[in-house]
Amino acid sequence: MGIDRFRSVLTGTLAATGVLAMATAALAQTTYVRGNDGDPETLDQHKTSTISEAHLLRDLYEGLVIYDPEANVIPGVAESWDVSDDGRTYTFHLREDASWSNGDPVKAEDFVYSFQRIMTPDTGAKYANILYPIKNAEQIHTGGLDPSELGVEAVDEKTLEITLERPTPYFLELLTHQTGLPVNPASVEEHGSDFVRPENMVSNGAYTLVSFTPNDKIVMEKNPEFREADSVSIDRIEYIPFEDRANCVRRFEAGEVHSCSDLPADQLESIKERLGDQVRTPPYLGTYYYSLNTQKESLKDPRVRQALSMVIDRDFVADEIWSGSMIPAFGLVPPGIGNYDVEPVKPEWADLSILDREDQAIALMEEAGYGPDNPLELELSYNNSENHKNTATAIADMWAPLGVNVTFNVRDASAHYAHLRDSDDYEVARAGWIGDYSDPQNFLFLVRSDNPGFNYAKYDNPEYDALLDQAAEETDLEKRAQILRQAEEIFVRDTPYIPLLYYSSHSLVSPKLEGWKDNIQNVHATRFMSISE
Amino acid sequence: MLRYVLRRLLGAIPTLFLVITFAFFLMRVAPGGPFDRERALEAKVLENLNRVFHLDRPLWEQYFYYLGNLARGDLGPSFIYRDFSVQQLLGNGLPVSIQLGGMALLVALLVGSLLGCIAALRQNSWIDYGVTAVATFGITVPNFVVAPVLSLIFGVWLSMLPAGGWGGPSSMILPVITLALPQVAIVARLIRGSMIEALRSDHVRTARAYGLPMRMIVGVHSLRAACLPVVSYLGPAAAALLTGSVVVETIFGLPGIGRYFVQGALNRDYTLVMGTVIIIAVFVVIFNLIVDLLYAALDPRVRYD
Repeated sequence: MGIDRFRSVLTGTLAATGVLAMATAALAQTTYVRGNDGDPETLDQHKTSTISEAHLLRDLYEGLVIYDPEANVIPGVAESWDVSDDGRTYTFHLREDASWSNGDPVKAEDFVYSFQRIMTPDTGAKYANILYPIKNAEQIHTGGLDPSELGVEAVDEKTLEITLERPTPYFLELLTHQTGLPVNPASVEEHGSDFVRPENMVSNGAYTLVSFTPNDKIVMEKNPEFREADSVSIDRIEYIPFEDRANCVRRFEAGEVHSCSDLPADQLESIKERLGDQVRTPPYLGTYYYSLNTQKESLKDPRVRQALSMVIDRDFVADEIWSGSMIPAFGLVPPGIGNYDVEPVKPEWADLSILDREDQAIALMEEAGYGPDNPLELELSYNNSENHKNTATAIADMWAPLGVNVTFNVRDASAHYAHLRDSDDYEVARAGWIGDYSDPQNFLFLVRSDNPGFNYAKYDNPEYDALLDQAAEETDLEKRAQILRQAEEIFVRDTPYIPLLYYSSHSLVSPKLEGWKDNIQNVHATRFMSISE
Repeated sequence: MLRYVLRRLLGAIPTLFLVITFAFFLMRVAPGGPFDRERALEAKVLENLNRVFHLDRPLWEQYFYYLGNLARGDLGPSFIYRDFSVQQLLGNGLPVSIQLGGMALLVALLVGSLLGCIAALRQNSWIDYGVTAVATFGITVPNFVVAPVLSLIFGVWLSMLPAGGWGGPSSMILPVITLALPQVAIVARLIRGSMIEALRSDHVRTARAYGLPMRMIVGVHSLRAACLPVVSYLGPAAAALLTGSVVVETIFGLPGIGRYFVQGALNRDYTLVMGTVIIIAVFVVIFNLIVDLLYAALDPRVRYD
């Protein structure tokens, strides 16, 4: 092919693409091209656990309660509910006009089926334990009890009663999680695990699934059967998975996507300079921390753990390493969480200058028998990432004046977390936690002694556990918050984890996209948004 | 000839078997498993999942189970993308990788040969130096630099082409250029070297002495001989190009199979990695065979009986 011929083919192709684009625009269908963190592992709500899956499922399905644009819990399929005096029984009244995408009404029985399905061990639900507050749930999931014994009952076609093990003030929050979304029983019975395929999926949310091409896009279209279809402005969504966050930024700048769900943290400064207030970094419900293995001889002494925490200059880490995209943290529970105090818990020394803190820390280490003559050898494990590496290097440097010699142990994420789970011989390990629901319990339970999966510190303090148990039985929210605050103060005193940073979410939002409101849960249902051209 | 091909294909079976066995056990040596993430799973949940995916069985049993399924043409379910089987994932991605790789291969061959020939015919002129400079540039600048720069220039600044994504011929242009650039450079250098040698060979001198036109001498007599090193280079290179590139696919956000190899390994998605390994191995075997057959066609001294 000669150069001229090639050029004419190229021009022809480009012209054809342009005509096609114009023709599409003429149909005046609004399409929201939405960047997502990655592809879902599955679209089966009961098997999901990740945040990118939550975004997709929120558009496809509607639970009993949902989040509004500011992440407040509002009625979803249930238009109202009553809570019994002891806080253990919730009665949900389902909307008359709630229906599936095939036109069938959404019934209370559908929710019974769904909750029983997630608790059935053979479903292989990764996150079933989040719903253990429901009566008998844990017994069914782990103890062989029949799923029909679950505390979820259909009183009539439109009334659903859920009985809990104990009063759980965050129960409604819990139901906003994707594990609380209903499946269409008929579709699951007919297609088995293939009910998630576009040709089979029956959903009850504002959108229906059109196609799913891995690593390319997931397309959804407005569900005409949705009870509030008239108020849904965006006709079509194309979810694009961006493993490479920088790719999303380029496509955003080229006008090809309307929003990005995450940004490359190391480029945040320059992105902010270029894109100004299109960059959104509101606080997020998450904490980045170093876990200290309290069973290790060297880390058994709380004075050592406290000294290690004290000398870390969190402002430096947040501003210089994370380009101001994270917030310095001293406690476990992030600020802005529901059912809790406004002020995050801090140790007394948090407001001292870093030099004073260093002096105090050196004194504590000397008391514990460590210093330049008797250095403390520590191994710091983290999962491989540029920012984790920079953070670890900076912290090792901050620990040097205490006479702490750090060696690093770097693994990929799978190996790192398998090591934390299966082995006892780590000392300091990086980890993080993003809350599933907005309640301090979802953070404080991490270091309970009976939570081996998450308690990487192997922290075992009966006083702490007792406070959490006490809070679990307390129905007065203010009193409960006080009890939980006491527990967090003990956590801060004992320092099984060194809290380093509270997360912020990082998004890019086009000015054309209206209705996107920053919120601590980083939830943005498409049905509340619109696009202006 | 046909017997030779059959013999080679039969000989490939034990090779593939060894590759599969080696990859299977090597994957399992890596610490961690498909369900180890930032969010630890509850012990019971992990137990359920391991049972569902047969990971609770002894490793040798899993190996024979995998081989048994493979013999029936079943590559198994993906451990991570639970809505898809490995066949479906590879079936979706392979056509994309083949289109991109095939285009890049074609561009590399055409442009590379053209540049190589011109450089050889104008040896030590500014054209020759220019081609050598471009070739050195193409080889040394890595694709993880070329890809974002091209996307930035043509996608963001000039808005001529999509900055990423898959859909329509225009979305192929930048990825194909990125993939082809180093190959163009290598092919140009190989052709230049062998062409210079071919132009000095006896049969070309004879052809000149007969007074054949330069077009014939270069196009028929020299190029055929000059192609040999390119052909032997392109065998494995084509196998690599057609099975996708993790860097190009990730940076442009393309749905090929190149990233499954890396994603799969990082996620410990054992079956997906195995599927990718098998595809790459099959491509390498096939392209090596094609190279050997092309050799026979191009070089009269080579014969297979």
